[in-house]
Amino acid sequence: MAKQVQQLDRVIIRFAGDSGDGMQLTGDRFTQETASFGNDLSTLPNFPAEIRAPQGTLPGVSSFQVHLADHDILTPGDAPDVLVAMNPAALKANLGDLRRGATVIVDSHDFTRRNLSKAGYADSPLEDDSLDGYDVHPLELTDMTVEAVKEFGLSRKDASRAKNMFALGLLSWMYGRPTESTIAFLERRFASAPSIRDANVEAFRAGWNFGETTEAFSVQYEIKPAPMAPGTYRNITGNLALAYGLIAGSTQSGLPLFLGSYPITPASDILHELSKHKRFGVTTFQAEDEIAGIGAALGAAFGGALGVTTTSGPGLALKSETIGLAVMTELPLLVVDVQRGGPSTGLPTKTEQADLLQAMFGRNGEAPVPIIAPKSPADCFDAAIEATRIAVTYRTPVMLLSDGYLANGSEPWHIPEVADLPVIDPAFATTPNHESAKGDPEFWPYLRDEQTLARPWARPGTAGLEHRIGGLEKGEGHGNISYDPANHDHMVRTRAEKVARIARDIPPTEVDDPLDEQGRGASVLVLGWGSTYGPIGAAVRQVRSAGHPVAQAHLRHLNPFPDDLGDVLRRYDTVMVPEMNLGQLSMLLRARFLVDVVGYNQVRGLPLRAAELAEAITKEITR
Amino acid sequence: MTATGTSTGTEPLPFPGLREVPGTDTAQTRKDFTSDQEVRWCPGCGDYAVLAAVQGFLPELGLRRENIVFISGIGCSSRFPYYLDTFGMHSIHGRAPAIATGLATSREDLSVWVVTGDGDALSIGGNHLIHALRRNVNMTILLFNNRIYGLTKGQYSPTSEPGKVTKSTPMGSLDNPFNPVSLALGAEATFVARTVDSDRKHLTEVLRAAAAHRGTSLVEIYQNCPIFNDGAFDSVKDNDTRDDAIIPLRHGEPIRFGREGRLGVVRDPATGALRIAEDPADADVLTHDAHAADPSTAFALSRLTDSGVLAHAPVGIFRQVEAATYDDSARDQVHVASQGTGDRREALAGLLSSGDTWTVV
Repeated sequence: MAKQVQQLDRVIIRFAGDSGDGMQLTGDRFTQETASFGNDLSTLPNFPAEIRAPQGTLPGVSSFQVHLADHDILTPGDAPDVLVAMNPAALKANLGDLRRGATVIVDSHDFTRRNLSKAGYADSPLEDDSLDGYDVHPLELTDMTVEAVKEFGLSRKDASRAKNMFALGLLSWMYGRPTESTIAFLERRFASAPSIRDANVEAFRAGWNFGETTEAFSVQYEIKPAPMAPGTYRNITGNLALAYGLIAGSTQSGLPLFLGSYPITPASDILHELSKHKRFGVTTFQAEDEIAGIGAALGAAFGGALGVTTTSGPGLALKSETIGLAVMTELPLLVVDVQRGGPSTGLPTKTEQADLLQAMFGRNGEAPVPIIAPKSPADCFDAAIEATRIAVTYRTPVMLLSDGYLANGSEPWHIPEVADLPVIDPAFATTPNHESAKGDPEFWPYLRDEQTLARPWARPGTAGLEHRIGGLEKGEGHGNISYDPANHDHMVRTRAEKVARIARDIPPTEVDDPLDEQGRGASVLVLGWGSTYGPIGAAVRQVRSAGHPVAQAHLRHLNPFPDDLGDVLRRYDTVMVPEMNLGQLSMLLRARFLVDVVGYNQVRGLPLRAAELAEAITKEITR
Repeated sequence: MTATGTSTGTEPLPFPGLREVPGTDTAQTRKDFTSDQEVRWCPGCGDYAVLAAVQGFLPELGLRRENIVFISGIGCSSRFPYYLDTFGMHSIHGRAPAIATGLATSREDLSVWVVTGDGDALSIGGNHLIHALRRNVNMTILLFNNRIYGLTKGQYSPTSEPGKVTKSTPMGSLDNPFNPVSLALGAEATFVARTVDSDRKHLTEVLRAAAAHRGTSLVEIYQNCPIFNDGAFDSVKDNDTRDDAIIPLRHGEPIRFGREGRLGVVRDPATGALRIAEDPADADVLTHDAHAADPSTAFALSRLTDSGVLAHAPVGIFRQVEAATYDDSARDQVHVASQGTGDRREALAGLLSSGDTWTVV
């Protein structure tokens, strides 16, 4: 049967099922196929904190959303056009997010009375009018899968587990995805279990063939590759890009990387990834707790390594005291916080931006720490290198604030040339820098660089530079313990000034504010930080395409702010600050610049929705 | 199983525990290890004796001074690094073993020492201590045990005897104390010793063996606090009582002690438990084997320590066995993985473009 081919410029697909249904894998494979086809894409995995919540229940639903387009896109999308629901709970949990008229593909096998009741359905939604307005395709995915793989002699249970690959095959056909990489992947992944391997490959092919032959789907869609700058690309998640960025920071500074870490969602993948790359001189230490993780990293930094610790909000709370010690001892240290919903244990697998004030102020005493935030999954690579540069140059702990959405979400990454990466000079002290009263050469560990105010970094093993550092207040210059009031005042101000001076060394705020025909700019500026970059960008586009001028800027450096930020804010009548918290950047901006910014705040554990944000921006413009 | 050193102090350098640490031909004296900082402990504090012993002993190691690092936590004894002219870090309460673990793992060319107290190591830092011991990271931990909190002015500590009346326990403390040696042996530490601040000779002997050990060495030092817990160790120090109180442990020697050697440690043939017997027959006296692979007997010996006034306390090296160290193994993994990496930047370019890639022209 010849199928009609319809062109689309974009589509949002969500795969949803039980935690054990392999939805993350399915979504990831569809994403890889899409990446290699050349579409622009953005993904949003969403899964429960429980490894296997009770089967068939709403809390156990796991989903993976992918947005693909023939043009540059910024977000995983607000409202899916297609939902693949492997059971009633997956349908119920996700239906409300779909756009009206969306395509819904369900595995009708799982719509038994028992499963319906577990999901809280009194009657099957396939048999009443609750799905009116959607393009619903109930398919016997399980039965068709079992039938397709019967020759491999698996139990019915094992055979039915390949149904996710059947669904992937069907969707791959519908959107004309290349299949080679998935088949190669399955062959690698199940190499040690030939019958499972063959069943998965066969289920995948059967799904594709079903699409081609069934009358249930009359249309195949085509989404052309997106125009992209020449170069080599790969799809990358934020955690992977961050791990690569840390390795690059180590290579570009010549410092061996030492990671001290304790497993915590959603940061653990960085530990897993770095532990695979010992060939780059990377040491990974899985510590007994969060405190030991950062302690070991600081010990390694004292020894001249690039000390790194990775964590999420609750872990950051435990590390506070050691960050304070790193501030006091003025040693380079990277603290990576992959933020998740809080407070306390909060929402371990969901995203949030509510650790900004913890990063900024969560220590005793005046303990300033530079803060860097990546804006997209791929940007985690550059942000990690920038954090390394600042830590090493200024001899300071640096906070790198990623979040759960960046960590697990993915996008195409234009792979950089290593030759284009910044080179970082650790500039270790090698000789004494002072003369004693008797005229002997001696080493003063707190004699600062006049420009940066950074102190010398002297590694143990360097003759003549023996010195002691610690958490007690230091005397300026010589670094010995000092309880002198004037010295303490001086040192507190000097540590603050050192961090403030980093502003001299970062780019000015980049404002995107296209002028209209009369040469006028916008009166409303939307300012964000971190992972809201995508939704803000998408919302700004929607507002502009509706004919409203609006300016956009995004902060990578949260402490210190770029020097020109105050001027930028004052140029606009209204500054709107969307955040996934209750207004933490807003508070910092108001305090620093006395500008009455307007917050747009959501803490739903999910990225902001572009359409809702666009509406709020429009309201602000037309107010 | 062979030991990496003995307690006799007669074996020649180099110390296997410090295999990769560069040595010096220049003669060193105590003065070379004395910093220009004024020592600020209370008059009569046991810490002075330990500092003097360490400063006097370090030249014996024959190491380049710049390759020695002392890391401490918080407490009176943790001021120690400021008084030694080596590299040093006075860190955070309880965390010194964690910080030292990172340093020792990333730098095989350093001699790493941790200075800690009973509150620092056993209360706030108990977790780091047991994990450093089980990992067997190459470092020497000097645990100054004065059985009291000194720097916070006199609260009871996790080694204080039960019922201790202090500022925070006017009706007597309620919790049972840790025996640091038992705790360390429970964590299967590979080198565990106990010594006394006032016995310079024994202290130096133990330090020598601890430095010689490759892996984590834990040395508990009974240390008198003249201000808040004076006399806590009188029974093992006074001429009248110490012969009966100290149970001397020397590898390969029968554990016989007391005036005229009339006391000995014997094993009850029925239960296997150890006890102190009067006038035991030579054949019944336990011969100390610090090198036994199984820590059970060493643990049983540690249990002969009184938790109260120390009527008895074994002193010496309880356990000294060779085992793989965490830091050596971690460096080995990096070394093996790095074979053939070649130019790091080329390898980085390869890593970045690994996986499924596509090219836009």
